[in-house]
Amino acid sequence: MTTNSSPSNETLVKIRGLRFLRGERAIFDGLDLDIPRGRITAIMGPSGTGKTTLLKLIGGQLRPDAGSIEVDGKQVHELSTAALYELRMRMGMLFQSGALLTDMSVFDNVAFPLREHTRLDESMIRKLVLLKLEAVGLRGAHGLMPAELSGGMARRVALARAIALDPMMIMYDEPFTGQDPISMGVLVELIRSLNDAARISSVVVSHDVAETLRIADQVYVISGGKVIESGTPQQLRDSGGEWTRQFIQGLPDGPVPFHYPAPAMADDLLGGGA
Amino acid sequence: MRLFAELGAWTLNALQRLGRAHLLLLSMLRGFADMLRRPRLLLDQLLSVGVLTVLIISVAGLFVGMVLGLQGYYILSRFGGETALGLMVAASLVRELGPVLTALLFAGRAGSALTAEIGLMKATEQLSGLEMMAVNPQYRVLAPRFLAGLISVPLLAAIFSVLGVAGGWLVGGGMLGVDQAAFWNGMQEGIDFEDDVINGVIKSVVFGLVCTWIAIFQGYDCVPTSEGVSRATTRTVVHSSLAVLGLDFVLTALMFGE
Repeated sequence: MTTNSSPSNETLVKIRGLRFLRGERAIFDGLDLDIPRGRITAIMGPSGTGKTTLLKLIGGQLRPDAGSIEVDGKQVHELSTAALYELRMRMGMLFQSGALLTDMSVFDNVAFPLREHTRLDESMIRKLVLLKLEAVGLRGAHGLMPAELSGGMARRVALARAIALDPMMIMYDEPFTGQDPISMGVLVELIRSLNDAARISSVVVSHDVAETLRIADQVYVISGGKVIESGTPQQLRDSGGEWTRQFIQGLPDGPVPFHYPAPAMADDLLGGGA
Repeated sequence: MRLFAELGAWTLNALQRLGRAHLLLLSMLRGFADMLRRPRLLLDQLLSVGVLTVLIISVAGLFVGMVLGLQGYYILSRFGGETALGLMVAASLVRELGPVLTALLFAGRAGSALTAEIGLMKATEQLSGLEMMAVNPQYRVLAPRFLAGLISVPLLAAIFSVLGVAGGWLVGGGMLGVDQAAFWNGMQEGIDFEDDVINGVIKSVVFGLVCTWIAIFQGYDCVPTSEGVSRATTRTVVHSSLAVLGLDFVLTALMFGE
């Protein structure tokens, strides 16, 4: 299977030849990827493959060393600061930690982007905030502080904040990590329903295979700085690729070895070194 | 050879940090305009950076003044000059101890808190979250804290000096029997508004700028882990203290040198 090419008007995010280095190490080396509009695209891969870095590159928080990232027809890294901020107003991001402002209540956190970027009066902001919180099932928690929320609740509040300005796309950074089965089920349902009801394009970065494959329309598997396979969840489940099979089935050994590279066991044991 | 390479790498790293610190300073200065639109942001920070530091400054100022009164009396009384106690206490406080000790206490109390707060906001992705919400954290979070520090330190230094003089008077006039009229007259005649008070204010403004800048930069530039935040907090106190003491020498030489 290869990376699908969609017509550009159907493609929200187009990444070509992306190269990004951290020190000497190449996190991405010639990555090509298309994210279609109105669908849920999952980007999967083991920890340390740069999935979160990819979201930061799409959001313009990091600059690539080479290649291009186009979002809604705009080259992200050629935009002025004002134009980049204008683009970000149409992008929501759900951080792994929730990233709620800890000195504000749940209500004020969700109201924050509305107060910053609109001139709506407080009564209208109140209605909108309560509607967004209702959408994630936490209208009753609007008076709580972030420290009083469970991890799952914090992510749902962060999701309500991410959709406050009705963005065209939402990027989810490891939304299922560390969640109990109920919270995980709620988040899976919310991502799917928000995508369908509000026609938001969603990008889910995750290594939780079962949950991600349950909701994704299209999946990219990345490793070694490149897309190694892409397709529908079913296509990936049926994949003959050794690497993809190891990842999807969670096999302990394979192309990603169980052992960290080391000298021969006998040399280590008999060598007498520390 | 290895030593030279390490020295070179250390120098390059230090210069890069210095460059980043100056860019951050410029950005915060640009952010001041944003505060005219939302003065509430500044008021909140004046409370946490300034008002909450008043107690420690007041207590320290009072005790420092009392010690000055006691030590000054013992030295001056040897020469029969105890009537100059008021002048000695006030000059020491207004010229040196007020601005310097206030800045050191500010760095320990408010500076370390600023670094820890900003560092934790970075570690918990709150600053990244703001950026992705199209809000510049340098304007929204850092600039109000910077301006609050800039305003607070001179006011805190004034409180320190006033309470220090009161402490010196309590000991000198109240306990050791120095003539009260001589105490206050000596101070009134010996302290020059321009040479002493204004120069003391200039010092405290410079110290306030440097301490707050260091604290904010250390928090913003820290490695976003618990260890990174802890190291940044320590660096804030150490760098601020050394910067204040070094700058005090330079400013004193410029202001009071022949």
